[in-house]
Amino acid sequence: MGSSSSSRNKIPNAQELMRQTGFSSAHLLRLHDRFESLDRDNRGYLSPDDFEALGGLAMNPIGGRIIEAFFSSGQDTVDFSSFVRILAHFRPTDRNRNKEGTQQELPSSRTRKLKFAFQLYDLDRDGKISREELLQVLRAMLGLQVTEEQLQSIAERAIQEADLDKDDAISFDEFKKSLEKMDIDTKMSVSFLK
Amino acid sequence: GQSHTFFLLLICVVSPVKGEAVSQHGHSSNITGIPIISFKWHHVETPYLVAFWVLVSFLGKLVIEANHHVTSVIPESALLICFGFILGGMIWAADKVQTFRLTPTVFFFYLLPQVILDAGYHMPNKLFFTNLGGILVHAVIGTCWNAASLGLSLWGCQMGGAMGDLDIGLLQYLLFGSLMAAVDPVAVIAVFEQVHVNDVLFIMVFGESLLNDGVTVVLFNVFDAFVSLGGPKIDAAEIIKGIVSFFVVAFGGSLVGLVFGLLISLLTRCTKNIQIIEPGFIFVLGYLSYLTAEMLSLSAILSIVFCGMCCQKYINANMDENSVQTVRYAMKAFANGSETIIFVFLGISAIDKVIWVWNTGFILLTLLFVLVYRFIGVFFLTWILNRYRLVPLEFVDQVIMSYGGLRGAVAYGLAVMLDENKIKEKNLMVCTTLIVVYFTVILQGITMKPLVMWLKVKRAAVTEVSLLEKLTNKMFNHTLVAIEDISGQIGHNYMRSKWKYFEENWMSWILMKPSARKKQDQVFDVFHQLNLKDAMEYVTEGERRGSLEFVRNENSIIDFKKKSESESFDINNANMSNDHGAMSTTSRDPIPSVSLEMHEQIMKAVREAEAINAHHLLDQHLYKSRKQHRHRFSRSHFDINRDEKEVQEIFQRTMRNRLKSFTSAKMGVKPPKTIVKHTQKEQQQKPMKILSRSFLGSEGDSASGYDQSYMRATYRAGAGIENPAFMPDLDPMDLLQIPPWLGESELDSSMVALSHRAQVDLPRTPSNLRRLAPLRISTRSTDSFTLENIPDTQSATPITDNIYAWF
Repeated sequence: MGSSSSSRNKIPNAQELMRQTGFSSAHLLRLHDRFESLDRDNRGYLSPDDFEALGGLAMNPIGGRIIEAFFSSGQDTVDFSSFVRILAHFRPTDRNRNKEGTQQELPSSRTRKLKFAFQLYDLDRDGKISREELLQVLRAMLGLQVTEEQLQSIAERAIQEADLDKDDAISFDEFKKSLEKMDIDTKMSVSFLK
Repeated sequence: GQSHTFFLLLICVVSPVKGEAVSQHGHSSNITGIPIISFKWHHVETPYLVAFWVLVSFLGKLVIEANHHVTSVIPESALLICFGFILGGMIWAADKVQTFRLTPTVFFFYLLPQVILDAGYHMPNKLFFTNLGGILVHAVIGTCWNAASLGLSLWGCQMGGAMGDLDIGLLQYLLFGSLMAAVDPVAVIAVFEQVHVNDVLFIMVFGESLLNDGVTVVLFNVFDAFVSLGGPKIDAAEIIKGIVSFFVVAFGGSLVGLVFGLLISLLTRCTKNIQIIEPGFIFVLGYLSYLTAEMLSLSAILSIVFCGMCCQKYINANMDENSVQTVRYAMKAFANGSETIIFVFLGISAIDKVIWVWNTGFILLTLLFVLVYRFIGVFFLTWILNRYRLVPLEFVDQVIMSYGGLRGAVAYGLAVMLDENKIKEKNLMVCTTLIVVYFTVILQGITMKPLVMWLKVKRAAVTEVSLLEKLTNKMFNHTLVAIEDISGQIGHNYMRSKWKYFEENWMSWILMKPSARKKQDQVFDVFHQLNLKDAMEYVTEGERRGSLEFVRNENSIIDFKKKSESESFDINNANMSNDHGAMSTTSRDPIPSVSLEMHEQIMKAVREAEAINAHHLLDQHLYKSRKQHRHRFSRSHFDINRDEKEVQEIFQRTMRNRLKSFTSAKMGVKPPKTIVKHTQKEQQQKPMKILSRSFLGSEGDSASGYDQSYMRATYRAGAGIENPAFMPDLDPMDLLQIPPWLGESELDSSMVALSHRAQVDLPRTPSNLRRLAPLRISTRSTDSFTLENIPDTQSATPITDNIYAWF
């Protein structure tokens, strides 16, 4: 690996990124290499077809949504800092961080992870998971053998269970509440991104 | 009460049996007349005794399991050992000598194989191979450490004089250490089964207990040879030979098992005509793999484990469902029975004055060292492992892993196999081994559960409480896999996908029946099972309300169970009861009038069933991500272990969607009709939007974000009474919202990509079927979209294959 000074030369705003995301410089470098390998045409940014070149994503029922999550509203390119910021959600939560009041919350915190997951559901970004959105997720994730009616009943029951203010949609807080027992930290962490 | 009578009965039976056995000797030579009946004990002695002891052990288990309170505190294995003590005491009292012992031959050849075969056959492969690294480290290095440390420490203590005037050579100590070192699979199963710790912890201990046999065999044989050779003859060459023999034994054993596993899989491919004895093959071949490895002086346990692990998937796919069930049950029965007998005899063997040589220092020190070194070994190795593991093993897990290093009958069997000419203190070693076994199985077994609870060890995953949790859990799994793909982690995911590719295209092709392979591609039988289940619930509900006549009326109303009312469904109908046979044809008709009140009741009952179903459905149908594994390992509980071929589905679906966006060929498919279920909630005539299949994945030329197109279909509620009968729908063309980037020309093709759920009418025309067929094949090779010349066999084949043709 190159020395840290050369890595900072290659990556714009390396210090800032490290501070915002919590990645170490070694990881940042590795992610930068990965970014460059994904960026086949060497444009300096990624577009959706770069992601699709990854065969594994085609087999993923929510591959499309994940890709979409990288492209923040309206844009069709991902530069390196956005790339890293999204991936930073998947760092394991630092359990023994000093609680500095002024420190910006890292993307890998529990709330931010949940927010990311919420956005996987809430495609139109209106802050609520409506029944249709839930249905879409169910349809994507359940096998083709489940009938439409069964999907409907599942979606309905899911909303019933989580919807506290009876608006027939799940807000972020309701989402958070229904998942409070889940161990988000391990379920949404990829290890090598430490 | 009943136990008293049982024991009295036993004593009465045992003593005359023994008495007769002795007195038969002189009897047969002088016959003075024709005997009407004669007591021919010798004739039947051996099989009779075998059967008798099996019966006694099983009866003991019966007595023990009668009281649930006791077994929840003390593990069954401990109680069985105590039972063995009692029996041994009785025999001892009768005979003054222990006529029955657990002999190594009986144990290693007749009792152990089925336990291990059962373990291999029911092994959760995914979980096992995910943790294989850790398991191997513990099995190999951990066992070697245990053996070396125990042997050396004991020798050191002897030198230090802690054992009185014992004189055992270093090599003999190492030999003793090697037989003492191995964690025993039988004991581990017996103790952990009632505790239900989390998956990873269990597989680490259990996997280690299975794989360490490779090491144990080598160590034991090597040190045995060293003891025979004597100290001076051991030089570097011998030591190197020892190390080499480890690799040979371990890999050779696994290879033998693998070969036999493949053999079984191949065989089950052809056994369609002898389904009744199909299950026999796995038992016979499994046993042969064990014996073959034993014959070649390889690791027999490794052989039979890998045989079971290798063949499980294929024989479950190839064999008839009844045969699969038979194999499962028979294996569990044999394994459980064997365990019972093993533990009873472990108890009986103790009551034998011959082997009781007491040396306080030796025994106590062995106990201490076994425990302490286990802890040290586990913690040290796990500390190293955690630096490379995705999910580090927690501290409490490590404690349980150490505490769960139980010794059992294997150690005892090896100890009895020692040659007393070479090892003078054999009896002491046997005695010590027994004491260690009792200590671990009884004491550690009893305290395991309280320890687990006290330390708050993560238990086996409890099912999620809410649907959203369940769904989100799966979502997370998929997300992680996707993120790993994106961030380029070439870890075991990459290897696993490569293996999966190889396995699906090569191994399955050779080892699985073609019909079974097709079923792997789609989960039609799951759908079928679900329908059967639903049908049974209907009947139950109907009967609860008084009559099946009621059910018949219900059916035409409650149609959410039906995927499509058309021909494709005839299969299910054929399999269901006649009551339901009428459903498909009546479903399109206007519903018979039913009073509103009855209707309410029906809906309520159905909704209750729905609620249960919803959870169950999610359980069954959520795509498992590559990381997901699901198993239950228990002696007495079976779970249907469905293989995941959903990846295939997802891939096909995605590829198909991509295909749609690229191809401009018009498929000319009849516009599909959507089925609509009208839920009770929507009392008003609110049009319900059914969202059909949308385009997941991208189109190559899309520059904007990923808008998903969906089709909306509305229905008209029936006049008057709410009519939840599905109304085959209208014209989706009107309601199509075409995503901006899809050109006009692709409109038709876009319809084909509708979810199969939404399609009521299967395109039955031969030409359409031909078109659909490439879709199936295309997932295997992406360049065969232009298959024009597929012979039109589709229309001739029964409906089942039409369904298959979709995929």
